[in-house]
Amino acid sequence: MNKSNDPFWWTLFGAGGALSAMLVPILLFLIGVATPLGWVDAPSYAAVSGLVLHPIVRIAAFSLISLSFFHWAHRFRFTLYDGLQLKHLFRLIAVICYGGALAGSIAAAYVIW
Amino acid sequence: MAYTLHHPKWHRDSKPIFWWVMNWASIAFILRELTSVAVAYFAVLLILVYRALQLGPEAWAALVSMLANPTMIAFHVFALCTLLYHSITWFNLSPKAIVIRLGRWRIPDLLIAGGNYAAWIFISAVIAWAYVAS
Repeated sequence: MNKSNDPFWWTLFGAGGALSAMLVPILLFLIGVATPLGWVDAPSYAAVSGLVLHPIVRIAAFSLISLSFFHWAHRFRFTLYDGLQLKHLFRLIAVICYGGALAGSIAAAYVIW
Repeated sequence: MAYTLHHPKWHRDSKPIFWWVMNWASIAFILRELTSVAVAYFAVLLILVYRALQLGPEAWAALVSMLANPTMIAFHVFALCTLLYHSITWFNLSPKAIVIRLGRWRIPDLLIAGGNYAAWIFISAVIAWAYVAS
């Protein structure tokens, strides 16, 4: 696990990592594999929108999306530093990664509500 | 690891970019870090799901047919493997991050990791049930 001196980013990273580890494999399996292959029946538009557009589900989905982006930002940032030896681009990479996560979160909020 | 800003006056041995290809532990480490790309991809997919649902039944049908494309299915199988690797490495590391003590007794690593796996299976089952039932 990456350790940084910044507990704030690490907390977002950790929350996103935990939430995505718990929820995302089953969701991707259902949406991206099982349904298209016909292993489970595709739920109707009415059923999906009724469930997914419920106010609590919207908040949960936004949390999952936003924290997933910040999880990516933190991990990817240190992968660039370590893996590609780009420590001299410290600031630029941090701005691009966290800025990207912020932009993604704003886009998610815009689309969801 | 503590990171220090680049400082040209110091002597540093230069490391090749692909230093991590040299042994399995480093490859496993880099692959684990790259699972975060799949996590971000799923976040994008979830935004697309919301967009289609908000736009209406036609947009939803278009998304469903896009997901049924064989290339997309193959890509999602690959992404799913990546995400499983993320989950497994995450749960295996969780005892390192979560240290719980009851009095003088420290809850063993195996129990914390096991609790994570149990929660994972339970949550996945609930989601699958809610999806199939809807």
